[in-house]
Amino acid sequence: MATKTIKVDYLARVEGEGALDLHIENGVVARAQLRIFEPPRFFEALLRGRSYMEIPDIVARICGICPIAYQNSSVHAIEHAFGATVDGPLRALRRLIYCGEWIESHALHIVMLHAPDFLGFPDGIQMARDHGDAVRGGLALKKVGNEIMRVLGGREIHPVSIRPGGFYRVPTRAELAPLGESLKGARDLAVQTLRWVAQFPFPDLEQDYEFVAMRHPDEYPMNEGRLVSSKGIDIDIADYDTVFEERHEEHSTALHSVVKARGAYLVGPMARYALNFDRLPASVQALAHEAGLGPVCRNPFRSIIVRAVEVVYACEEAMRIIAEYNPPPAPFVALEPRAGEGFGCSEAPRGICWHHYTFEADGSVKTARIVPPTSQNQPSIEADLRVGAAQVMDEPDDVIRHRCEQIIRNYDPCISCSTHFLKLTVHRG
Amino acid sequence: MKTLVVGIGHPDRGDDGVGAMVVRLLVGRVPEGVALHTRLGDLLGLLDDWAGFDRVICIDAAEPAGTPGRLYRFDLDEQHLPPGVPVSSSHAIGLTEAVALARVLGTAPAELLVFAVEGACFEHGAGLSREVAEAAYVVAERIAAEIEAAGDWVD
Repeated sequence: MATKTIKVDYLARVEGEGALDLHIENGVVARAQLRIFEPPRFFEALLRGRSYMEIPDIVARICGICPIAYQNSSVHAIEHAFGATVDGPLRALRRLIYCGEWIESHALHIVMLHAPDFLGFPDGIQMARDHGDAVRGGLALKKVGNEIMRVLGGREIHPVSIRPGGFYRVPTRAELAPLGESLKGARDLAVQTLRWVAQFPFPDLEQDYEFVAMRHPDEYPMNEGRLVSSKGIDIDIADYDTVFEERHEEHSTALHSVVKARGAYLVGPMARYALNFDRLPASVQALAHEAGLGPVCRNPFRSIIVRAVEVVYACEEAMRIIAEYNPPPAPFVALEPRAGEGFGCSEAPRGICWHHYTFEADGSVKTARIVPPTSQNQPSIEADLRVGAAQVMDEPDDVIRHRCEQIIRNYDPCISCSTHFLKLTVHRG
Repeated sequence: MKTLVVGIGHPDRGDDGVGAMVVRLLVGRVPEGVALHTRLGDLLGLLDDWAGFDRVICIDAAEPAGTPGRLYRFDLDEQHLPPGVPVSSSHAIGLTEAVALARVLGTAPAELLVFAVEGACFEHGAGLSREVAEAAYVVAERIAAEIEAAGDWVD
């Protein structure tokens, strides 16, 4: 049997570095391994012995794109451990800053990283020659998302105002008012972006995913809710380990997560959307239908449409929060540290970000465990690669390579978080 | 010409902080009408930073290549940033990409100068290495002199 090898030394348009090995034997994709070789960063060990007050600022450094996810999950876990409840305007502000992160992260991925795949451009810069308005719109959206994070968080990268119990400083109504104005324009741009991506040509690929997301009684999920799945899981976030399991795979420095009983599952926009379509406002549901989506989307390539729907939602939700906002009497709820454990889970742009901490009586961290979204999606990415590569196996190597890269970018993988990306080797036997 | 000086890079990551250092050195050294700005991290934001400016001068760190403190000057009207002298970025969009995107979108300033200083150490929490700190003073002097020589800034 002849063996053929294709190498991609660097995959552009993903956060991080890694590699893919594709083994094709007798015309069949025998194995698809997403190899993440970025060294572990030991954040969980770094947190041990540190004060609970330091956690949000340390975990924010896990990611420059989605620091809010790490900060929010951690403060919820801390408050859970210390028996505190944060509600009212403080809770709303947490949701608002999360809207900012969803907008900036999704807008960047949709326009600069993902859209070029569908339109046949090597990158967003080349694409901008023919789709300048779409790129300008995406960048303007990203700017508004960043601005929300800056106004509430002090700065857009690794914000500094989030603390256990609330914020170090909360904005006045007057400070939020300009954001409300910017968001009106942003919402229009988000709708234009949604209509633009809905026209892309999408490969046919439907997968029977087990979607996993949070579910809240009233809201499209961000900070709170139970963990549910499309195959019957419905648990408190504290029970994550009873149903899910992290496994070490030799080819990845990021742990793979699986449902113990069944295997791969999927987190992120498609899972949130499928499990919470009924929590979207009618205005957003109507736009999703107009974009060709039903209440469930199983085609990973069409995740770009789902992301665009979520950007519209985040703009509307942010506008609602700002319109209803009245500053709280204090910027944070005082916490009383105690020995114990706490769980936090929130919906990062790429999916659930689960945290578990145990504390000493003085509030210092005894143990910390963080399960980021991309590591949970690794088995699903590999499953998509097996099926997606098989569809184009008879095509030239560069077609296979491009399809595999596109499949991986469907996930907007943040390999920096899970531990970076991509050398592709195709072995043909 | 409306003029902006942008120091690119993170001041807490060793020689990546050279841009911020040069901007600090220029405070009080350039006419009041010249805007001084620092940008760390997300370089897509440069497209917003330089909106409305005719002349933009960027200072950034270049990747180590054996000669820390070595200074490069590129007039992007006449030159491209050569691939052999990559300007350092830990993010997907570097200065080269930001300039290319701005040109495609028609939002690049009419004049764009880049000073790049070859770094040696980009460790978290580190300060500037000696050679790069010395180069920062040289760059600040050159920028102040060039702005003064041009003599055409406006508020």
